[in-house]
Amino acid sequence: MVEIRSQAIHLEPRKRRIEFLYWEECQSHDEALSRLRKVLTEDRIDAEIQIICVQSEEEARRLRFTGSPTILVDGKDIQPPTTTNYAMACRAYQLEDGRISPLPSEAMIRRALNRES
Amino acid sequence: MANLKIGDRGIDFALTGTDGKKHSLNDYSAMHRAVIFSCNHCPYVRAWEDRMVAIQRDYAAKGVQLIAINSNNAEQYPEDSFENMKLRANEKHFNFPYLRDEDQTVAKLYGAQRTPEVFLFDRESILRYHGAIDDNYDDPNAVKRPYFRDALDALLGGAKTPIPETQPVGCTIKWKSS
Repeated sequence: MVEIRSQAIHLEPRKRRIEFLYWEECQSHDEALSRLRKVLTEDRIDAEIQIICVQSEEEARRLRFTGSPTILVDGKDIQPPTTTNYAMACRAYQLEDGRISPLPSEAMIRRALNRES
Repeated sequence: MANLKIGDRGIDFALTGTDGKKHSLNDYSAMHRAVIFSCNHCPYVRAWEDRMVAIQRDYAAKGVQLIAINSNNAEQYPEDSFENMKLRANEKHFNFPYLRDEDQTVAKLYGAQRTPEVFLFDRESILRYHGAIDDNYDDPNAVKRPYFRDALDALLGGAKTPIPETQPVGCTIKWKSS
């Protein structure tokens, strides 16, 4: 007789690695960071946020920074940019309703955090 | 910091618009005029430009003329080129002149720093409002303080502008290197 046992395997949710890149002159970064933190708290996502202030055009090119704010989740942009113009500039996000905004929406942030890496 | 203070007289200019014609502030001297420093690429402008079109539509018959000016360095920001300005004006059905300030003289004279940045002059060319269009670039349905509209209503009603100056919110004007 074969005894079959099942064992539940509990996996620790992996800590997400988030990079928040911004340029000081673009005024939306405070609100964007606030939205990111709100989604992390509401969805109880464990994450480490590295906040990077881009301070020169050379640094923008090195970091492939297409504008402020940029949020990378485990290395992936929450909305892949359509430009390779790396510069200290403000970033345009296309929202769910088709409008353009300097801010990513909470829904956009949430989708990126919840997708499989 | 803008070079013009509330109560100062407007500075005239003569710039070419996307319609191929030269436009000046004094061309519209019978009207209240709003000079708005703007551009193509800036996401704040893109968030607000439908509201600019709506304001022109709502106030045209009341004697108000918006005039948008793009002073950005198009070499560094090709999206802000004159050809792209024409495309944007057509795409968004701009109902106001969209002018090119190629050598950035007008932006420097006004002391403009951001896009969009509003300078509202009355019929006497006196600056009556300077600053942002409203208090919410992200969500037009969540605007609590429509600063520009409020200033226009006050002007048209012969009243004092309730908030004559606000901090412009937007991208920095992209200057050419000297």
